[in-house]
Amino acid sequence: MIQSITILPGRNKTGNPETFDRIDICPGEIVGVVGPTGSGKSAFIEDIEQLAQADTPTGRRILINGRVPDQVLRFDPKRKLIAQLSQNMNFLADMTVSEFLMLHAKCRGKGRDLVDQVIYHANTLTGEPINKEMNLTVLSGGQSRSLMVADVAFISDSPVVLIDEIENAGIKKHKAMELLSGNGKVILIVTHDPLLALLTGRRIVMKNGGVEKIFSTTQHETDLCAELNKIDRELFRIRECVRLGEEIVA
Amino acid sequence: MKVIVVAGTPGSGKTAVLINTIKALKNRNYKIAVAKIDCLYTEDQLRFRKLGIPTLVGLSRDMCPDHYTIYNMGEMVSFARDNRSDMLIIETAGLCHRCAPYTESGLGVCIIDATTGPNTPLKVGPFLSTANIVAITKGDMISQAEREIFRERVTEMNKECRIIETNGLTGKGSAELAVCFEEAPEFCYEKDQLRHNAPFSICTLCVGEMKIDSKHHRGVLRHINGVQKYIGE
Repeated sequence: MIQSITILPGRNKTGNPETFDRIDICPGEIVGVVGPTGSGKSAFIEDIEQLAQADTPTGRRILINGRVPDQVLRFDPKRKLIAQLSQNMNFLADMTVSEFLMLHAKCRGKGRDLVDQVIYHANTLTGEPINKEMNLTVLSGGQSRSLMVADVAFISDSPVVLIDEIENAGIKKHKAMELLSGNGKVILIVTHDPLLALLTGRRIVMKNGGVEKIFSTTQHETDLCAELNKIDRELFRIRECVRLGEEIVA
Repeated sequence: MKVIVVAGTPGSGKTAVLINTIKALKNRNYKIAVAKIDCLYTEDQLRFRKLGIPTLVGLSRDMCPDHYTIYNMGEMVSFARDNRSDMLIIETAGLCHRCAPYTESGLGVCIIDATTGPNTPLKVGPFLSTANIVAITKGDMISQAEREIFRERVTEMNKECRIIETNGLTGKGSAELAVCFEEAPEFCYEKDQLRHNAPFSICTLCVGEMKIDSKHHRGVLRHINGVQKYIGE
């Protein structure tokens, strides 16, 4: 069981120590990671994915329940506590969707029955449906991303979920967030999207490879987020009309 | 002295991973020598020399680079001894990736590119299955699921190896790799031997035959049906 994940400071790209003491994240919390491109957001969640022990370029250390985690947790996918949705938009493995999902389920010590479930949920996020006989490499960016989301949600199903720029693939991002977040998970989300950033309780701001500051979402921001969501839903509706070749009516 | 034999597919990031690892070792005050073996061309020696590392270059030309590495190992060891190095890192080109010149008392390091797909570990042979360390590169370019499948496939081929996920661009994994290099056993050139035989080919093609018709070929030949036999006098 995970009660907390702790991030201890390392160095930024210039080699200067980061200024925070420690960051503790508890189950049920959603934390955002924001900052300009190249500021070290992906490296930050990579450190968590690897349970870094001052052995990555940033020098950060990650504790679980306040202690240095067992080596096995770092390497054995069957015991892995962390699921990661990276920025990748395409699969490179030359195999069919079902072969791939079966192999991954085996790696994670899960049953084959998850395959259909993953495909079903992936198809709720994307446009043209994916079927299990398709080759992974022919899937579009959106289809690949949807399959990755559903794979992380059901096969990698872990208490900690790291999400890197989910907004990039043109899939239903709120629905995807719902699938990924489940109950009582620790969620870190790297994003440039104000809607997703303001959805979180806290956001970590990156600069020059290091954590620059951490702040909590204000009431004003939460209200703003609700307003923005209305606009976003409207935009989404219009985009779907355009995609389906329909006339847009008021 | 320790000898580290590093083998990897072309473009897998051997040199980039080694540069980062050497930096970590230099910080711990190790004196390192590098021997870089390639087939036709390399300018990687410049990258190693830039770090102040004495680097010997060997181009195997028409020879199998693994055979070439093996019978030149004495020269490389002398080069490292002359430079008073604690550690000799041999980076080999490896032509067919069936094998690599790993020796019993040298540390065998296989560098393998995760973007080549999860079937690659099944295709490469002793180059992977007899290595002590398998360093997987470019994992950041594929999904976590593909990384996990790749890792599982490596484990299927080599249960004993230590797998390190590395990134030549960011330096990820190099600290862990440096520790493995430090812990390598002492090397004994005179008594050491290969872990696996090098691929042999002893036929007329080896001595320069250009014609393709089978009637021109002599020596030990392996037929596509799997039968291997000697053709000749």
